[in-house]
Amino acid sequence: MLIEPDAMLAGLAGGLLIGLASAMLLLLNGRIAGISGIAGSVLAAPRGVESGERVAFLAGMIGVPAIWAAVAGAPEITITGSVPLLVAGGLLVGIGTRIGGGCTSGHGVCGLSRLSPRSLVATGAFMVVAALVTGTARHVIGG
Amino acid sequence: MRILVSLLSGGLFSIGLIVSGMINPARVLGFLDVAGGAWDPVLAFVMGGALVPMAVAWRIRAARSHPVLGHGFPAAPGPVDGRLVLGGALFGAGWGLVGLCPGPALAGLTLGGWPVLVFVAAMLTGMAVHAFALPGGRPAGIAR
Repeated sequence: MLIEPDAMLAGLAGGLLIGLASAMLLLLNGRIAGISGIAGSVLAAPRGVESGERVAFLAGMIGVPAIWAAVAGAPEITITGSVPLLVAGGLLVGIGTRIGGGCTSGHGVCGLSRLSPRSLVATGAFMVVAALVTGTARHVIGG
Repeated sequence: MRILVSLLSGGLFSIGLIVSGMINPARVLGFLDVAGGAWDPVLAFVMGGALVPMAVAWRIRAARSHPVLGHGFPAAPGPVDGRLVLGGALFGAGWGLVGLCPGPALAGLTLGGWPVLVFVAAMLTGMAVHAFALPGGRPAGIAR
């Protein structure tokens, strides 16, 4: 196990910010900060009710990191360069989050914090399968 | 005003992903790789940190009839069913392959180069397939 106190503290602080962003959307607007739900709803019904605020959420989410990088420097992003992996991963994440009605933010953060049985089951399912897939890809297939 | 709140919430969410390191798929895969011998626990700290304000928010919500700027709060969660488990498993498979889930994928869109662009294009395609080609697409509300 990696013990990196700085990274753990930064994780806790970043997590608090994620929780605050979600809490503000719930208490002020009455909406769930579920990223897959917000993106999927805009795609499915671009002119639907509240589409404007969903687009605004996505604009903040995509635009603010560019501003952050210009001011504070770009964060490290290390990602695979395999196109088949990226395409397969993206398709599975897109379709899976919509069938399951949420992702790490909607089920993970927003659902678990309200002790929703639905979100507990979904989070268990995606965590276990993700760990199995990562482990298999790294230690059985790859190396 | 609701538009401004949404914009700020999305921006703050991304800053949280950057500060926590979760915008980096390598960090996420380090958490998911429980069998690797160098398990990276940071994602658990992020989850723990994020759950605290939201747990407080749900308690405040229980004492209020409506949100500050809104007409109503989200509906109660639906039932546990097969679709939930199937969807969770498919999402988990994609997450485990690349280390990106929807939040960090969108937050990293301008910073992660072409691989993140390819991933997001595929992810949006998957969402569109669900909305327009599968039965039960076009749900009325935001996922919860």
